[in-house]
Amino acid sequence: MTITQFVLVATALFSLGLYGVITRRNAVLVLASVELMLAAVNLNMVSFDTYLQDQLHAGQMMSLFIIALAAAEVGIGIAIILMIYRNLHTADVDELNRMKG
Amino acid sequence: MTVSVADWFSEAANWAFLIIALPTLFAGWRTVSANNIVRAVLYLVVALAGTAALFFMLGAPFVGWTVVLVYIGAVIILFLIGIMITRAPLGVETELSHPAKVRIPVGLLSVVLFGVIAYATVDSFSNTMLEPFEPTATADLSNLLYSRWVIPFEVVSLVLLAALIGGITLARRDDPEDRR
Repeated sequence: MTITQFVLVATALFSLGLYGVITRRNAVLVLASVELMLAAVNLNMVSFDTYLQDQLHAGQMMSLFIIALAAAEVGIGIAIILMIYRNLHTADVDELNRMKG
Repeated sequence: MTVSVADWFSEAANWAFLIIALPTLFAGWRTVSANNIVRAVLYLVVALAGTAALFFMLGAPFVGWTVVLVYIGAVIILFLIGIMITRAPLGVETELSHPAKVRIPVGLLSVVLFGVIAYATVDSFSNTMLEPFEPTATADLSNLLYSRWVIPFEVVSLVLLAALIGGITLARRDDPEDRR
């Protein structure tokens, strides 16, 4: 196994997540694409942790923290989407243009 | 230590890698392209399970199980609840993504991003083999978590508390007649 193969998979997942964040219109799916990007970052962290044989396991620790923060982020994100839906009756990010200049 | 393409394909672990990685990438693609909102979220489950399997391959079983428990167990449920609450159309729908005039430039941007990072990675590491490694013992991780990483760990617990309170405050219905 090489380090490159894991990093390439992570890069591909990150690019797919970027594509999803920009092209998706439904707010829940935008959040799902962000999760895809975070998973890619985790994969990168763990690959380099294994590659460097780090005694402090900084990569694995960082990915554990990212997982915890991603869970918090999704909780808040879904709450915000729920709030938007309650006030505007839509979850379409294109219709949230009240602050457009 | 470097490896040639023929050597790479002769190693059994690399075939396991391909069997995991290709469905992961396919599921990632379907997550961002599927026209059915529930299917897109369920493909996210497959993509995350694939990353968990890659964590096992990389000798990080604790992180892998954390992904299974936290992402597949909890975050996906949150997504499905979010879909249910916002009464998203559950059938096939074409309005989930922007039209092609947005998708094509963004697709190009993603491909360019992938190309740049892939080039940098291959240029720096080319085909450097991973040194042989043992799976990280969970006991080692927990010892480190409570010694070297204890301050970030405590900060994360505070962030989770803040998120808990914030989530409740945001999501509760504040009708004036409910006030006491």
